[in-house]
Amino acid sequence: MSYLQLESLHRHFGPVKALNGIDISLGEGEFLSLLGPSGCGKTTALRLVAGFDRPNQGRVLVEGRDITGVAPNKRDMGMVFQAYSLFPNMTARQNVEFGLKIRGRDRSSRSKRVEELLELVGLAQAGDRFPHQLSGGMQQRVALARALAIEPRVLLLDEPLSALDAKVRVQLREEIRRIQLELGITTLYVTHDQEEALAISDHVAVMYGGVIEQMGTPSEMYTAPKTPFVAEFIGTMNRLEAHVVDGTAGEVEHAGKRLRIAAARGRRTGERVLILIRPEALELQAAVNGGNGGDNTLAAEVVTQTFLGPVTRLKMTGGLIADMSTARASALPVGASVVAQVPADGVQLLTLTDDLPDIGEGT
Amino acid sequence: MRIARPRMAPSAYVWLLLGAGYFLVPLYSTLAFSLKKNVAGTPCCTLSNYGWVIHNGDFWHTIRLSFVLALETIVISLILFVPTIYWVHLKLPRLRPVIAFMALVPFVVPPIVMVVGLLRTFHGAPGWYYGSPYGFLATAYVILAFPYMFFSLDAGFRSIDVHTLTEASQSLGARWTTTLFRVILPNIRSAALAASFLTLAIVMGEFTIANLAAFHTFPIFLQYVNESQGFPAGALTLLSFLITWAAMLSLLLVGRKRGARGAAIAGAR
Repeated sequence: MSYLQLESLHRHFGPVKALNGIDISLGEGEFLSLLGPSGCGKTTALRLVAGFDRPNQGRVLVEGRDITGVAPNKRDMGMVFQAYSLFPNMTARQNVEFGLKIRGRDRSSRSKRVEELLELVGLAQAGDRFPHQLSGGMQQRVALARALAIEPRVLLLDEPLSALDAKVRVQLREEIRRIQLELGITTLYVTHDQEEALAISDHVAVMYGGVIEQMGTPSEMYTAPKTPFVAEFIGTMNRLEAHVVDGTAGEVEHAGKRLRIAAARGRRTGERVLILIRPEALELQAAVNGGNGGDNTLAAEVVTQTFLGPVTRLKMTGGLIADMSTARASALPVGASVVAQVPADGVQLLTLTDDLPDIGEGT
Repeated sequence: MRIARPRMAPSAYVWLLLGAGYFLVPLYSTLAFSLKKNVAGTPCCTLSNYGWVIHNGDFWHTIRLSFVLALETIVISLILFVPTIYWVHLKLPRLRPVIAFMALVPFVVPPIVMVVGLLRTFHGAPGWYYGSPYGFLATAYVILAFPYMFFSLDAGFRSIDVHTLTEASQSLGARWTTTLFRVILPNIRSAALAASFLTLAIVMGEFTIANLAAFHTFPIFLQYVNESQGFPAGALTLLSFLITWAAMLSLLLVGRKRGARGAAIAGAR
């Protein structure tokens, strides 16, 4: 049985449909990230779970009990906010203790629990400091300890790392995952950072336009995106428009060049498709005597090289992007003619529709 | 290495002296005046005028009345305006400009017009209210203090993230009242104190409404003495000045006692 369930949640703000019927089912102790661009409805969904907002339609259930109409202070949801939300008039210790005081816990058990949690988030020595005496990362750790102190049924995190610098962000997201696994707490995490979502989640739900485009494990989302939007949003993807020329043999034609793609088998001849290839799956070689390199290859010219540490990203004419080891990339300077080998297997193919969203280049 | 403190420009000293003179010269003149005897040609100085004030029953009666009225106005205003402005910031932000406009009305409407309107409005009210300074006059003073209360408290609420603090508190299980008293109020304490000071100063010096409504408050007594006895009036003015400042200081000490750290932190945000 699912622990947290969102059933057909709708939330409209006037004519704007922030949520247009989302369904989520999350097991106990699981970590789900709601991932999507700004305005996709992910924070609205989280606020409905927290009780800060009411849906126009649909239900929120925890352990099978409908809590849609329950006030936020009676839901037992621990929440960490995007903005620094520690109470400025209280020390870190008093902040963590706040929820326990509200629940009428006695002084000794409060004190024990607060120390445990400060220890858990690595701030045992900072309990007497006020929020303005803590760095942004430390403040969010205290906020996490405060949310966990009340032993919530569900932990809700609303982009808690977005205000922090890159290094602290990576460090803290790992700690959030460690603590979540240690406590086995069911967690709903909102982020627009796909790397963050893929790194720490059991499941990822990609949202766009108030609906869930796809939900699955991070690996599924990366390797088998089901919609063009997900393909574009999760990681970087080569998107090549083509049409099926031979559904039996699995052949498509892109820019006048025939390519054999296993996923094209069984498709209707003439069907417009989108070939999705990860940059790391594209094999590049220097073109020999201006030749086109043979079967299943595309000829191109290197336009830019971006150094990313161990790998270098090459952008080519025709919109092709390829990642290759920095050592090998040095042999293919800007302006070099190359042939890109398109793998027949492991390439995604999606039916092309006219309403393909444009979200810019993925990262 | 010690960092040298920036030196003040010579012109700054001139402006400082001018500013200090602007405030201190009238006080000194009043002091000098208050130390004179009520007999022409007698030499300076005497404390008899202060003795007259201190031994005057009306002085103690009126200053007590005005002070209690000020406290009552502060309490009523805080009870009325803190939750209202909190709610407006949290749930009805579109109403803020409307309330800000309403808060300007006591500035725009002359007190004499306001008191006539209030007297007519409350004419049929019960005697315990209409005839009592703690009833009718306190109501008028709450209206008079509205702009000072609103703009001070509004600035306080704007300096904190009302939404996030409220939601954080609620998610931890707190009710509205707990959130207001334990999370919001401590963080707007300095704004509430500023509003209280202003209200105290206004009530301690308000003349027009009290006079037209025929209540014998401290400013009325001061005016009466000023008209009838010149030198004691000087002593009375200085004493009232000192008492008002002492009252403000005690308010500050009471308010800061528990909230100093919170106010400092809220200020540092």
